[in-house]
Parts: sequence; C-alpha cells; structure tokens
Amino acid sequence: MDFDVLGLSRFQFASTSIFHFFFVSLTVGLAFLIAVMETFAFVRKDRAHVYANMTNFFGHLFLINFAVGVVTGIVQEFQFGMNWSQYSKFVGNIFGVPLALEVLMAFFLESTFIALWWFGKDRLRPAIRLASIWLVAVGTQISAFWIVLANGWMHHPVGYEVVGDQAFLTSFPAVVFNYKAWLYFLHVQGSAWTVAAFLVLGVSAYHLLRKQDVEVFSRSLRIGLVFGAIGTVFSATSGHRAAQVARYDQPMKFAAMEAQWETSTSPAPWSAVALINERERRNDFNVELPYLGSILAYNSLYGRYEGMIPLQERYERLYGPGDYIPPVTWVYWNFRIMVGLGMVLLLAAFGGLFLWWRKRAGLDDTRWYLRLLLFTVPLPWVANFCGWITTEMGRQPFMVYGLLTTREGVSANSSTEVLIGLVGLWVVYLTLIGLDLYLLTVTARAGIHHTPEAQMLAAPPPNYGGPGFQDYERRN
Amino acid sequence: MDLVTLWFWLIALTFTLYFFLEGFDFGVDILRPLLAKTEAEERALVGTIGPFWDGNEVWAIAAAGVMFSTFPVWYGTLFSGLYPVFVIILLSLLMRGVSFEYRNQVDQQRWRNFWDWTSFLGSLLPSFFWGLTMAKLIEGLPVNADERVLGSFADVFTPFSVVGGLATLLLFTLHGANFLLLRLHRDTDLYRRARAAALFWGALATVAILAFVVMGYVTEGLFVSFGVLPWLFPLAAGLTLGSIWYGLTRGLDVFAFLMSSLTIVFSTVTVFIALYTRGVVLPSTLDPAYSLGLRESASQPYTLVLMTWVGAIFLPLIIGYQIWNYYVFRERVRPDEGGLNKGYD
Repeated sequence: MDFDVLGLSRFQFASTSIFHFFFVSLTVGLAFLIAVMETFAFVRKDRAHVYANMTNFFGHLFLINFAVGVVTGIVQEFQFGMNWSQYSKFVGNIFGVPLALEVLMAFFLESTFIALWWFGKDRLRPAIRLASIWLVAVGTQISAFWIVLANGWMHHPVGYEVVGDQAFLTSFPAVVFNYKAWLYFLHVQGSAWTVAAFLVLGVSAYHLLRKQDVEVFSRSLRIGLVFGAIGTVFSATSGHRAAQVARYDQPMKFAAMEAQWETSTSPAPWSAVALINERERRNDFNVELPYLGSILAYNSLYGRYEGMIPLQERYERLYGPGDYIPPVTWVYWNFRIMVGLGMVLLLAAFGGLFLWWRKRAGLDDTRWYLRLLLFTVPLPWVANFCGWITTEMGRQPFMVYGLLTTREGVSANSSTEVLIGLVGLWVVYLTLIGLDLYLLTVTARAGIHHTPEAQMLAAPPPNYGGPGFQDYERRN
Repeated sequence: MDLVTLWFWLIALTFTLYFFLEGFDFGVDILRPLLAKTEAEERALVGTIGPFWDGNEVWAIAAAGVMFSTFPVWYGTLFSGLYPVFVIILLSLLMRGVSFEYRNQVDQQRWRNFWDWTSFLGSLLPSFFWGLTMAKLIEGLPVNADERVLGSFADVFTPFSVVGGLATLLLFTLHGANFLLLRLHRDTDLYRRARAAALFWGALATVAILAFVVMGYVTEGLFVSFGVLPWLFPLAAGLTLGSIWYGLTRGLDVFAFLMSSLTIVFSTVTVFIALYTRGVVLPSTLDPAYSLGLRESASQPYTLVLMTWVGAIFLPLIIGYQIWNYYVFRERVRPDEGGLNKGYD
C-alpha cells in the first residue's frame, strides 16, 4: 500500500473500525448476557444473591469496556466526513440515514440507561433497574443493526438512483430489507455473542479450576455455554450464507476467498492451503479437497463458479479499465483463519453442552475442559478481526460496490495531516487496548469479592445521600 | 417552513443542546484540579457529572450524524476541511471518556493523577476547539470550486477564531462552576470554592465574549445580516451574561445556572442565525461564489421527510428520558461522607 492520502486514509479507517469493534463486540454480546443474569436475579428470589453477585461482577467487566466502545464510536462517525468527504457527499443522502438512526435510536438509550443502571443501584426499584439493563442490551443490538445495515449497503447498494454526482435514496424499505445487510447483521451479532460468551466461559472456568465461588461461576458457565452455542451457530450459518450470496453479488470477493483464478470445474474442489502468486495470477501450490467447493458455494455436489481472471475481464467491460482484483492473499488467508477458529469455537461450545448433558454437575470438575476454555477467550476476537479484513479487503477497489471506488471517495487532505492523525490514533488506541486488557484481566482474576469498592478503599466514591440512599441502607 | 430550513434548525438545536449539556461537564473537569484539595473532593466532583457526561456527549455524535444525513455536503466539507481540529477533539474525547471509568480501578496515586490529567486536557482542548469551529463557521474556510478546503493547520488560527475558542472555553468553565453550585452540598468547602471560581471565571468569560461579539461585528459583519433586530440575540446574550453576576452575588444558584445556559444557547443560535440569514452554511474565504449554499448542501426531499419522521419520534423521547436521568440523580453530592456502597455497589 502506498503511503499517499488514500493509503493512509484506508489504513486509518481499517484501524479505527477494528479497534472499535474490538471493544464493541464484547459490549454488544455482554450486555445481553448481563441482562439475562439480572433477570435470573430478579426472578429466582431464592438465589437472588448468587445472580446479583454474578451481575455485579460481569457488569464491572462490562463497564470497563463500555466507555471505550462509546468513545471509539465517535471517531467512527466523524471519520466519514474527515477522511471520506467525497464519499459522504456522494452517498450522504442514503448512508447518513441509518447512521443518524443509530445515534437517535441507540446511542442515547445506551449511554443514558447504563448510567441509570450502574449508578442507580441505591435509588431505583429492582424492576426499573432490570428494565434499564434490558434497554441497554436492546440499544446495543439496535446500534449494531443500523451500522451493519449501513455497511451492508456499501457491499450491496439497493434502493438508490444516481443523479449527477450524487446517489439519491429512492426506497428506504429496500435499504432496510437489504438481504445482504441482514446476513451481515446476523453474522456480526452471532460473533458478538460468541466473544462475550467465551469471555464469560473463560473467566468462569478460571474460578472453577480454583474452586472459588463455585455457586456463582458454575451458573455463569452454563449461561455462557448456551450463549456460546447460539452465537457460534448463528455466525456459522449466516456466514456460510453470506459467502454463498457473495458468489453472485460480489463474485470477485468470492473468487478471492477461494484463490480461484480460472473458472472452477464442476464439481469444484475447495482449496485448503495455497501459495498465491498475485503477480502472475496463479497459485504456485494448492492443496485441494474434492467436492467441498461446490458444497460451500451451492450446498450441492455440483456447480462451478467464476475465477478472478474471467471476472477481471467482465468487470472491465462493466466498470471501465482498472484492476479489480483485491489483495488475494489477505482475503484468502483471513477467511481461512476465521472459518477455522469459528469451527473450533463451535466445537468448544457444543462439547460443553454435551458434557453438561452427560455429566450434569460434573461439568464443574471436568478439568481438561475448563483448562481448554481458558485458551479460547481470545479466539473469537481473532476470528472477528480476520472476518472484517476478509469482507472489507474483498470489496476493493470499490467503496460502494460497483458505484464508487475507494480512490474516488477520499478527502483532499494532505498526507502529512492524515499521517499525524493516524499516529495519534494509534498511540491512543494501543494505550486503551493495553489498559482495557490489563483491567479486564485484573478484575476477572480477582473474582466476585474484588468489586470496585475493594479497589477503592482509599478512594471512596461520592455519597449522594438523600432518601433513596437511606432506603438502601435499611434494606442491607 | 420547508424541510431544509427545519433540518438546518434541528442541527442548530443538536449543537446547542450539546454545548449546553457537555458545556458543564467539560467545565467541571476543567475546574477539578483547581477546586479539589483531597481525594474525597476529587471523587465528589467526578460524582457530580458521573451519571450524565456520557449521555451529554452523544449530542455531538447526534449533531454529526444528523448533519451527515441531511446536509452531506456541509458535513463532508466542514469535517475534512477542519481535519486537524477534529483529530484533536477526537483524541481528547477518547482519553477523557475512559478516564472516568478507569480512574478508580487501580488504587495508586500516580494512576489517578494520570487520569485526572487526561480528563482535564480532554475537556479543555475540545472546549477550545469546538468554539474555534463555531467561529470558523462564521468566518469561513478556504473552500474552492470543488467544495474542497485548501490551506494548512496554521490557517485555522485567526484572531477571531482564537478569541472564539477562548470565549467558549471560559464560558464552559463558568457553566461548569454554576453546575457545581447545583450539585454540591451547600455547607461544604468545595461549594464555597466553586462559587469563588464561578465569579472569577465568569468575569474572564464576560471579557472574552464581549471581545468576540465586538470582533464579530467589526471584522466579520456578524449581526449585520440579521434583519430588523440585529442586536436582539447578542443583546440577550449580553444580558444573560451580566445577570450571572447578579445571581452569583445573591446566592441564586439556579438563576445563575439558567443564565449561563442561556448565554450558551444564544451564542450558538447567533452562529446559526448568521449562517441562515446569509443563506450559506459554510462561507468560502477564497470567493463568495464558492460558499456552500444552504439549499445546495442539503439532502433530497425524500431523505429529509424520512428524517423528519425519525426526528419527530425520537428527539422528544431522548429529551424525555435524559430529563428523567437528571431527576433520578438530583440529590446533591457531599464529599465528606464518602462511603463504600453508595452510588457504586
């Protein structure tokens, strides 16, 4: 990649999105998990203290992440105008709407009710508190929906008409019911649940291995297993479907994911490992599994798909001269890592469900399985990271598929400006990720007795006083 | 009123609400190192804005998001044109937002000092640069015929924009001090210090705002285009500003806070009236012909109709539950009785 404004802006956008998603995927998934935990605390009066401890503990982990998710979201929103002003002018009519909807429907909801939920413990009735965390959980899903919808539109533009130098919205329902966007949404949603579920699983396993607070953590382990199973199945099925859909609406991306240069045979094999030679447009080495390619593309033993070389010719006829082949090596390998990790996680979740079913309470003592869970914690993040690289790089050179190239969308900034901004963002992001991981680890390892209060003995939080507080004192 | 005009004013509304709301939480953070003498006081000051700052900040995202969908050309040109300014604002907000959450996670003085600095700078810099951005909106940017902004970071600083930035910074500081008078128990030392700060920073803010108004009138022709009552808004701003002094010296805390709020509202509205009456959303300093026109920068009617429905449903709802949030946490904070299970458990 050249270090001109375009290259730098692309690098900045990729960094911002990946860093943002690092925090947000956990937020989106964990909000739901915590809402479920608190619901248990509310419903199961006999075990309220167990679930309340669980909610508080994971809620603390949630909050460490939440603030960073919010602030990195601001960068996400501003950079369209800052780095991609030509893009913003071209599609603002359409793309701006889901973005504005995201803010108005979700961001306010999340940021207001998270404060009510966390700070309002001594002044809100339990039912209102429960409603608050559910509003936060729903808000995170709405937020994910609109932003992924906007992203899906860039991959598969619908309901628009280009007049002069602007794209105009002709049908909002078409944008909302964009099938591609829905597949992406299910996929992102599933992966977010997976991230959160495996964090809960890993943390629970850690404490179960040490026999600490077994009452709490064996329950959170089971909640995590259910979420993990749902999350991995959702991401696997919607991901599979999204790849099949790409075969006809983004055939170049599909061919790049499979490193298929020439049109495939039928039945098509599936490449497991390939040494890709992008310059000469061929694979120097390729391990292929028979039939699997057709199964993946068509759910059938037969069927061929186009390769990148014939597609390049077709794209040139459609969109004019240019290089339409994305960075194949990146797309190919990131896709494989994502799918591979997805499989591992799916097996891990269902393995756990199987043990739970077979051994009942013995699940807490299956040490090899609990140890395994410790290592799975970072895997969903890596899979997410690879997935974003696959889908976004696979779209190159288009910014809006078939409509606007990335080169056409960039702002007329000076490269020095963008470089300085980029360096600044990286410094801040690396700091935030480092601190986030450090605090998550410390808090997670310390367990339920290590609430923020214990850390803050020397620095007590403010006393709001007032009648609500006195009620709280009496209750406890 | 047609939809373009409506959305222009709704954007003005989101910016106004943003400056009014985040204005005081910026102000509290700017004052924190000056007011707090002990750790308990430091915590109390954070506690005054703890449940609110996050919801306040979203108004900035709302302003940008609404601008993106209803005035894409304005959004693209302004945000790319002031690229370095927005980088500074973003980096500041990033570090600041985290500071509240991370400050008390590790029980070490050095750790806390670090986050106190980030929240101080993270409030100071955006206050200044948002003000500068507003001044730039009046003054204009070197926009060329292709709606692209020329020039470098240094060009952003003109006497008018720097005064605009300083005036905003001082006004937010005053606003923060006034907010503290509503949130702190009256019988504490902290409250008395906050009052002294309000008087001191209020005096400086008054000077800066008057300088901004005079400069705006003389060099930018501000208010000239306002029509029949060109002096109405600046006069109102001057009046509210003057009455803050009256309120503070007589212990009318609510009145003082209302007046600093109104000052922010009037100043922000003044910027938007200046744009509106000229029919321009971003003036070009190269050639008036290159200025971004109000109508030419707007989205098509279909998008605006859609957004109007969205706005009509959600804006009242948001304002409603944010008010409820303030109502729930209406009790004053006292630093001397810091307990463990209070507020956080």
